[in-house]
Amino acid sequence: MKSEEFASVKQNSNEYVKQVANEQYKYGFTTDVHTEIIEKGLNEDVVRLISQKKGEPEWLLDFRLKAFRYWTSMEQPKWGHLVLPEIDYQAISYYADPTSKSKNADGKPKEIDPELIKTFDKLGIPLEERMALSGTAVDAVMDSVSVKTTHTKALEEKGIIFCSISEAVKKYPELVRQYLGSVVPYRDNYFAALNSAVFSDGSFVYIPKNTRCPMELSTYFRINARNIGQFERTLIVCDDNSYVSYLEGCTAPMRDENQLHAAIVEIVVMENAEVKYSTVQNWYPGDADGKGGVLNLVTKRGHLRGNNSKLSWTQVETGSAVTWKYPSCVLSGDNSQAEFYSVAVTNNFQQADTGTKMIHIGKNTKSTIISKGISAGRSQNSYRGLVKIGAKAEGARNYSSCDSLLLGSHCGAHTFPYIDCHNNSAIVEHEATTSKISEDQLFYCSQRGIPTEEAVGLIVNGYAKDVINKLPMEFAVEAQKLLSVSLEGSVG
Amino acid sequence: MLEIKNLHAKVDGKEILKGVDLTIRDGEIHALMGTNGAGKSTLSNVIVGNPKYEVTEGSITFNGKDMLAMTPEERSYEGVFMSFQLPVEIPGVSMTNFMRAAVNARREALGQEPLKATEFLKLIRDTQKLVDIDKKLVSRSVNEGFSGGEKKRNEIFQMAMLQPTFCILDETDSGLDVDALRVVAEGFNRLRTAQTSALVITHYQRLLDYIRPDFIHVLLDGKIVKTAGAELAKEIEDRGFDWIKE
Repeated sequence: MKSEEFASVKQNSNEYVKQVANEQYKYGFTTDVHTEIIEKGLNEDVVRLISQKKGEPEWLLDFRLKAFRYWTSMEQPKWGHLVLPEIDYQAISYYADPTSKSKNADGKPKEIDPELIKTFDKLGIPLEERMALSGTAVDAVMDSVSVKTTHTKALEEKGIIFCSISEAVKKYPELVRQYLGSVVPYRDNYFAALNSAVFSDGSFVYIPKNTRCPMELSTYFRINARNIGQFERTLIVCDDNSYVSYLEGCTAPMRDENQLHAAIVEIVVMENAEVKYSTVQNWYPGDADGKGGVLNLVTKRGHLRGNNSKLSWTQVETGSAVTWKYPSCVLSGDNSQAEFYSVAVTNNFQQADTGTKMIHIGKNTKSTIISKGISAGRSQNSYRGLVKIGAKAEGARNYSSCDSLLLGSHCGAHTFPYIDCHNNSAIVEHEATTSKISEDQLFYCSQRGIPTEEAVGLIVNGYAKDVINKLPMEFAVEAQKLLSVSLEGSVG
Repeated sequence: MLEIKNLHAKVDGKEILKGVDLTIRDGEIHALMGTNGAGKSTLSNVIVGNPKYEVTEGSITFNGKDMLAMTPEERSYEGVFMSFQLPVEIPGVSMTNFMRAAVNARREALGQEPLKATEFLKLIRDTQKLVDIDKKLVSRSVNEGFSGGEKKRNEIFQMAMLQPTFCILDETDSGLDVDALRVVAEGFNRLRTAQTSALVITHYQRLLDYIRPDFIHVLLDGKIVKTAGAELAKEIEDRGFDWIKE
């Protein structure tokens, strides 16, 4: 190629990258809706105010205050392979209610603001019952408040409870009280303490004994307001011999400043029960220069309490400026089985430190970890995992496979596997590979007429398919598209 | 028709092609022979637009169009196909998905609707039979774990799927035993139409026993130093290249 031609091609590809960078996050819009936001800052009065706004019972306020007091005695942990921007906890508002205008004086909602319905429509989540997605019940959460839960009636007939956690506190206080904080105590870690003090909304799921949930349950989290923190709290309890598949999706507008999402998800799985939890996390990742984006600092844990129980976490992580989360499993029940399937994509200046913990306590417990990291741009992508086999976990078995795929030469992939085995009958296996999409592969594709962007999508989806295949169908299609879009402009 | 004039090209800053002139008309088969490092693979890579190679001077036109101004994909849509010397493995991507992306990208570029899944699967089945390739290969990942012979056969399968008008066979015979060579060459011959032209790069005469060239060129030190008919291959087989240099 002649040098001036080369320069012009380079120029064009730069243009293309710019165009893609501007286009790629299609959920970056904001909703203009009257939102009641409380004063910025965090102290005991704020915790009391949140509790009061939600009309909570005394025991819950107590729980929040204990958590808050504990949190103030702690320091933010620094062990992550992350450069975390300084978080000023006094510069954040801890409660934002976009539904406040449509509430009657007694706090009961009249009707949903059409702007909110439009927003969720745009995100592909119709809220009106007659339009609602068939086969999936959705709890739609914006900022600190659940806007609407669909299909609740159909589920109630089977005795299944699916509602926002705020509603559950009012309607099913005993159930919530029994399980809240039983898997992730507020003393668990810094962000768990923070969340326990100020959690806003999330979903509550209870599947009674001997019940197979007839549809997918799904929560869609949306951050809209500026300078607020979202503190999701989700609690899923699946009783004996029951089954549920739960999906979680997330998006946020494009903002120059970082937004904080510090969530807790707790799952309790009883005897012979099975829970599948799938996440497609697409929070705003910040712009191509690393400005803005969501700080996603999350504690997710499941407790396989009953014998023969099963839990699988499947996550496709493409968003957030910083992702710090380890969906984990405590395998107490004998013969319980846990799985963790993860694809984490980082591009531009994104950072991810993610993985899982498998704590084997019961006999003949089995866990599988399949982690696929994909790094592009100047991003850093770390897998961090712990496999712990307790002294009584006779016959425990773990298989871990951690693969990293690098696109370009300015990104990083890191693996931090920890194995802690106290039982000689256990078998623990760990495999890891690192590979790179080679220029030869991309050229082979272009010779056959497949443009580079499409080739990267093809290769990445091929690489991630073991995990994508674990997602429910509609989610899998969405996830495939997302993988391609997230990496557009990353090779060139 | 392919027309190469005074072509100079560099790889890693080193000049490899030093003024190549070559004209290939529709329907003609040209063989390119020469010692290792003479520039045979550089020439074929430059024709298909491999970005590792930098053209510093000269021109390539294909059916009257300036090929150097085109991306590798555009060259592919124009009907140029290269059977790679070392086909690369792409783990996780099935041959079916790979070919569907290739066929539909080409159709889109030509303003045609993408093939429906059923039409595409029929095309795959028919082509499999035509080039006698094992069904199992098509459901595996692109070239992953393929033997040398399977990889070359897979290149011919892709050629059949994309129906190019100009083919480069870059040392298709290397690493093949005689039987595999015959199968691959026969596959190529079956796909040829009266308009198909080809550039066949080889070290040995035996491939040319199956694919009869109209012309043989000898490339030495970045230039074509001799052009003759098919009989030249036999002479090179007997005497090597040294006599041509002198």
